[in-house]
Amino acid sequence: MHPDEAGQAIDTILSSHSREREHLIPILQDIQERMSYLSPKALRMVADHLDLSENDVYGVATFYSQFRYHPPGRHRIKVCQGTACHVRGGGLVLDAIVRKIGISPGQTSADGGFSLERVACFGSCALPPVMVVDDKVYGRMSARKAEKLLEDLE
Amino acid sequence: MSFADIQQQARQSWMRFARPDVPRVLVGSATCGRAAGALDVLAAFREQCADDPALKGVDIHEVGCLGMCYAEPLVEIRGSEGSSVLYQGVGVDMVPDLVREHLGRGKPMVEHAACLMAGPPVEGLSRFQDLPMIRHQLRVVVRNCGIIDPSNIDHYLARGGYSGFTRALGMDQDAVIEEIKISGLRGRGGAGFPTGLKWSFARKSAGDVKYVVCNADEGDPGAFMDRSVLEGDPHAVLEGLLIAGYAIGAGHGYVYCRAEYPLAIERLRTAIAQMREKGLLGRNVLGAAFGFEITIKKGAGAFVCGEETALMQSIEGKRGMPRSRPPFPAVSGLFGKPTNINNVETLAAVSAILEKSGAWYAKIGTEKSKGTKTFSLAGKITRTGLIEVPMGISLRTIIEDIGGGVLHGKEFKAVQTGGPSGGCIPAKHFDLPVDYEHLAQVGSIMGSGGMIVIDHESCMVDVAKYFLEFTENESCGKCVPCRMGTQHLLRMLTDIAAGRGRVDDLETIRKIGDTMTKASLCGLGQTAPNPALTTLNSFMDEYLAHIEERKCPAGVCRALIRFSIDAGQCTGCMACTKACPVQAVAGKKKKPHRIDQNVCIRCGACRQACKEGAVMVE
Repeated sequence: MHPDEAGQAIDTILSSHSREREHLIPILQDIQERMSYLSPKALRMVADHLDLSENDVYGVATFYSQFRYHPPGRHRIKVCQGTACHVRGGGLVLDAIVRKIGISPGQTSADGGFSLERVACFGSCALPPVMVVDDKVYGRMSARKAEKLLEDLE
Repeated sequence: MSFADIQQQARQSWMRFARPDVPRVLVGSATCGRAAGALDVLAAFREQCADDPALKGVDIHEVGCLGMCYAEPLVEIRGSEGSSVLYQGVGVDMVPDLVREHLGRGKPMVEHAACLMAGPPVEGLSRFQDLPMIRHQLRVVVRNCGIIDPSNIDHYLARGGYSGFTRALGMDQDAVIEEIKISGLRGRGGAGFPTGLKWSFARKSAGDVKYVVCNADEGDPGAFMDRSVLEGDPHAVLEGLLIAGYAIGAGHGYVYCRAEYPLAIERLRTAIAQMREKGLLGRNVLGAAFGFEITIKKGAGAFVCGEETALMQSIEGKRGMPRSRPPFPAVSGLFGKPTNINNVETLAAVSAILEKSGAWYAKIGTEKSKGTKTFSLAGKITRTGLIEVPMGISLRTIIEDIGGGVLHGKEFKAVQTGGPSGGCIPAKHFDLPVDYEHLAQVGSIMGSGGMIVIDHESCMVDVAKYFLEFTENESCGKCVPCRMGTQHLLRMLTDIAAGRGRVDDLETIRKIGDTMTKASLCGLGQTAPNPALTTLNSFMDEYLAHIEERKCPAGVCRALIRFSIDAGQCTGCMACTKACPVQAVAGKKKKPHRIDQNVCIRCGACRQACKEGAVMVE
């Protein structure tokens, strides 16, 4: 997105929220949903809108694991590491993905193709191990199935 | 429109839905169903029925979760012959047959069926309520889940919904609180504080502006009860919130739901819009002198926000860090105003209690733990899913009868309850009645209701380490006992799992755990040592094996194990060779294989892949 265009999109989001602090987290969530991450400029604009310091806004954002500060990959892979997934081999699935695409959780691959995240629990504990690719939930995974799924994405 | 008219209209809409002679298809499309492919199945039914002129009028609906998650995707079909049959494990490839045979020709396909839901008997099928998984259950909180269309308020209304609220509206506020006190309901979020008493505190607090909050930040890994209720029957929860608002005199309610549950949030949004249409929200709810509004707040991924003071900080747009109490939220809560916070399941029980009566609810359960409790059954168990049982039922009934025993008939080792705040209950307590008091007696807690079954292939040191990794990561860092305590416990457990542990570490774990329990600011830190302490109490021999013999008896801790292939059992099928990510397995086709220990990374992929059970771990 062109910087001017990005600024406009953020402005539109800001103008749909009034200026109380209560709206800080919903604003950050809306911006991330639209822009896919929170840029330094976005955080600055949010701080101005709510009359908070940038430091304060950054402090709140970094407290919550949902927010990202770099663009994610084209395919977002999230691997569940909940208890049920853990005892049914969720770690093996994560390891297999790390080996396959060569990045650790929290990273985006150099070509921008994939980003990888570990998630505490998706609440799909009856179908472990679970992974989510681009918001689609895949249950009953195994290391092999995960590798295959990634190959199909490529 | 009066409430009687609203109900009348709803009943007509429900009758159309429930008429036994109208063919219909219900696809369980909660998150668990979707993970198993329910949306593809739903699309296939729509397509298949659209193609056939005779089936154009068939109703196809999405419903919530019946709790039989192991059998997903679940589809209920009612053909023109009037029998509603629940089919299990439905794949897209089965859809044409099901449509042709059952919908088209009125012949249920017993071979794919789980049970009969309603209508005339079908040979070879038992009824839903007679299934081993369902027979011992008592469905109060999940009374409508999987039965109604959660995006249709009429279905909820027609099955008695909002009649509890209208009853409350005709009562004095103190009488409503008294009704909850009579029911004996205790907070289902984990701590078990009496709900009626909590409400009376907020009611007595001075002030014109008060708030009620629904805590839907279900963060315990391994727990999904609240998600299922929100996805399958959101109005049951919202009605409870409305009743709470009326009882304590609050005009504004918040639902704080975790962002990882997008479908639950969508269902809540739809439900709130429908409440407004029916006059159940606004300045004069149902024409009465009571105004109420509901706002949804999405969590942003912080486990500690399930703690009530942290949750309120988060709603206010701050870092979600807990503060010391008093003042309690009932005195000074959200935006400094008196606030009452209840969990999803508590509120869904409230709406049932007001509909039926406190005395009715109090008849269920044990002396001090009344009513029912939902649990999510997961881990190494045959029938994973969501269940609701009367308090006081034994662990044995839950695991053997309802859950169908340990997966693949293996030996039961322990059950973990209460998530990262709970503990592991060993096999010797198998006949323990499940209620607040008895779980506390064995060092665990009820918690929100996650139950993870563990067999002998899980290492208890690894389980404790897993939970400490979680709490160490989620500790907000505000108080020292929790911040430093979780770090130290995790370091020692990591050392033990890696074969670097010392015997005196065990005493240090107990001491640090004790300090955390006594001195941490909030529930997260106070309960974080529980997984380590309960496993130490019941599985000391496993800890000692790691420390003294440098062995992991369960074959899990990578630093202490090696994989090898039993040449006698290996058929040389090459499955392990293909599965190995580092080419550590060598051998010719149809000849026994060998693992090169210098190359092996001990990931266990070969063991998973081997169908002969020839890969040994020691």
